[in-house]
Amino acid sequence: MKEHLLGLDGWSGEEILEVLDHARTFRKVLDRDVKKLPTLKGITVANLFFENSTRTRMSFELAEKRLSADIINFSASTSSLKKGESLRDTVDNIWSMKVDMVVIRHVAVGSSHFIARRCKAVVINAGDGSHEHPTQALLDLYTIRERFESFEGLKVCLVGDALHSRVIRSNVLGLKALGAKITLCAPLTLLPFGVEQWGIDVTCDIEEAIAGANVVNVMRLQLERQTAGYIPSLREYSTYWGIHKGLIDLMDKDHIIMHPGPMNRGVEITQEVADSADSVILPQVTNGVAVRMAVLYLLSPRIGETQ
Amino acid sequence: MDSETKFVIKGGRVVDPANGIDEITDVYIEDGMIARIGGKKNYQDRTLIDAAGKLVFPGLVDIHVHLREPGREDAETIESGSLAAVRGGVTSVCCMPNTHPPIDNAPMVRFIYDRGSEAYCRVYPIAAISKGLEGKELSEMFDLAIAGAVGFSDDGRPVTSSQLLRNALLYSKMIDLPIMLHEEDLDLSAGRHMHEGHASGLAGMQAVPAVAEAGMIARDIMLASFLDAKVHICHVSAKESVGIIRDAKEKGVKVTAEAAVHHLILTDEDVVKSGFDSNYKMNPPLRAKDDVEVLRAALVDGTIDAIVTDHAPHPPEDKDCEFAVAPFGVVGLETSASLIYDKLVRTGIIDITRMVELMSTMPARLMDISAGTLSQGANADIMIFDPERKWTVDSSKFAGKSRNTPFEGWELTGKPVWTMVDGQIFFDELS
Ligand SMILES: [Zn+2]
Repeated sequence: MKEHLLGLDGWSGEEILEVLDHARTFRKVLDRDVKKLPTLKGITVANLFFENSTRTRMSFELAEKRLSADIINFSASTSSLKKGESLRDTVDNIWSMKVDMVVIRHVAVGSSHFIARRCKAVVINAGDGSHEHPTQALLDLYTIRERFESFEGLKVCLVGDALHSRVIRSNVLGLKALGAKITLCAPLTLLPFGVEQWGIDVTCDIEEAIAGANVVNVMRLQLERQTAGYIPSLREYSTYWGIHKGLIDLMDKDHIIMHPGPMNRGVEITQEVADSADSVILPQVTNGVAVRMAVLYLLSPRIGETQ
Repeated sequence: MDSETKFVIKGGRVVDPANGIDEITDVYIEDGMIARIGGKKNYQDRTLIDAAGKLVFPGLVDIHVHLREPGREDAETIESGSLAAVRGGVTSVCCMPNTHPPIDNAPMVRFIYDRGSEAYCRVYPIAAISKGLEGKELSEMFDLAIAGAVGFSDDGRPVTSSQLLRNALLYSKMIDLPIMLHEEDLDLSAGRHMHEGHASGLAGMQAVPAVAEAGMIARDIMLASFLDAKVHICHVSAKESVGIIRDAKEKGVKVTAEAAVHHLILTDEDVVKSGFDSNYKMNPPLRAKDDVEVLRAALVDGTIDAIVTDHAPHPPEDKDCEFAVAPFGVVGLETSASLIYDKLVRTGIIDITRMVELMSTMPARLMDISAGTLSQGANADIMIFDPERKWTVDSSKFAGKSRNTPFEGWELTGKPVWTMVDGQIFFDELS
């Protein structure tokens, strides 16, 4: 097991499956009446959220509580980078409180790497700018695996703002490591430079992208992309890249619909699709807790000591 | 005359491209000047400097450094920066005007000379193109030139206004000092932190495309051509820029160009490999591997005229933070000669003569300063370089005040070991 979870970059298929296997055990615990385990008793976890993210923070907190960890929370809802609100000082302070693990969400790419260099705590990246969001990808992979036996050759369609999406980057890394066949679909203005070298299929045509897919994972469109000039209007995006029933009909018979949330219903996904029987959007949320329990458990320093 | 003013650097390999010299011989120094090279052996009443097995160069000339004084003396001072310079074999520096306040008036130029007179190396101020570096009104170029400015630049930011640049190019023709341009299309670069390429795409980092540099260079070369004026392009980093400059030179446009050491050695992949360490953040950003290759070829074919450091000290208070928040810039004076020797000369990309041309002869000519040569009567600004000396870059031992180097821990072969400025020895690690 790796020392930190800074991203899925560099993680092998086996390492990812190890997390998913453990997540399966924890997932069963979540269905029990008594959901608490003593696993992380005595371990202190700091949740540092420099960006508003109620869902991810709640999911981590719940995972930590289920494992009996001691928790301290820090949140500063600064959505933009600025001097003064110093990540450095916050981390130094938190480290001085003798925490064992740090979960961090921050707008700067590499913020979790920065912390890993600066203190000796185990660092879990809960989203660094547009770079990576590894636990989201792991829970997506877990959710896919609940339905499909193998990733090998599985057709996964990722739709949305790949330029700014950490979820897409981590998903691509994880899915590639596990042998899935990935198609990425977005308008050209929302595709990153060099995406043609990622070893995946890329297209701007949503019908082509989704045809025959087993999984469609729909990304949230940040509404400010319109004012920043990446897309002409939400209406046009919704018309040409929004996922609706007609597109779902083009998928393989055996298919699921995913979304990392929170959704803009009616923009990137219609209500009909989001709430359909093939949607696993709510199971994703439940699985998120189990996957984060697995990550916390596997990376926790106590495990290392007894090995 | 006594032995304190008379020296012989004995038995070194003397490389002085200005005079076509590359031979093992002696350099005689008297009264702060080069008395002669070679000739009758006369070691009497002279301090002997044994340079056997070493390289003897005219002191290096770095025409793009930021010395931070006045205003940010916590990052660097003229004194500390000049000590860093001589430890890197650099005997003349031209310092950029983006200080606080900026060097945009004659008293400021005189202040730099005043401070420079107590420094370890020669310090020549470059003055602002526009008042306050604001890109709106021309600075008083005649006044600045008479006070001793050796060139004009708004470095740190581009001259965005085409009209202002047109006037700057025309007005400065009357003075004939170089206009040194930091090329950046701010529309494409604002809020962006690394080169837009495969690495930034994978990293999700807000990234600036090469065209932000090359596009502005194209505009400025067309202006220079139209006005029959001279332009000097600072820190060329992108392959597209090299192509534009090469074509312009072939067409006879009066354009010169410099490249920074880090752009010749590091790539955008190194940013990611470092875990987004802000010591890999500079402007222009580290480019892709193929850019580095094109830039290296441009050293060989003469498209690039000079190598500079763009020495940009920042204290840890500013630099030790997440990549996106950190200011641009890295220090370089104490590592430039070693890096160029180890990574470009030892690998056979350029030879020693070309290294000295790019780091001493040519930059001195570009700025028209008395340096870059070992001609008889020239200033005794000399550096001795040990091509075999192995050392490890350790920023905690830097003489400069700041530590922001991306080369920390690098094991290098070849090092400046002795530096003389104006006949005085300011650095001696010969033995
Ligand atoms: Zn510059």
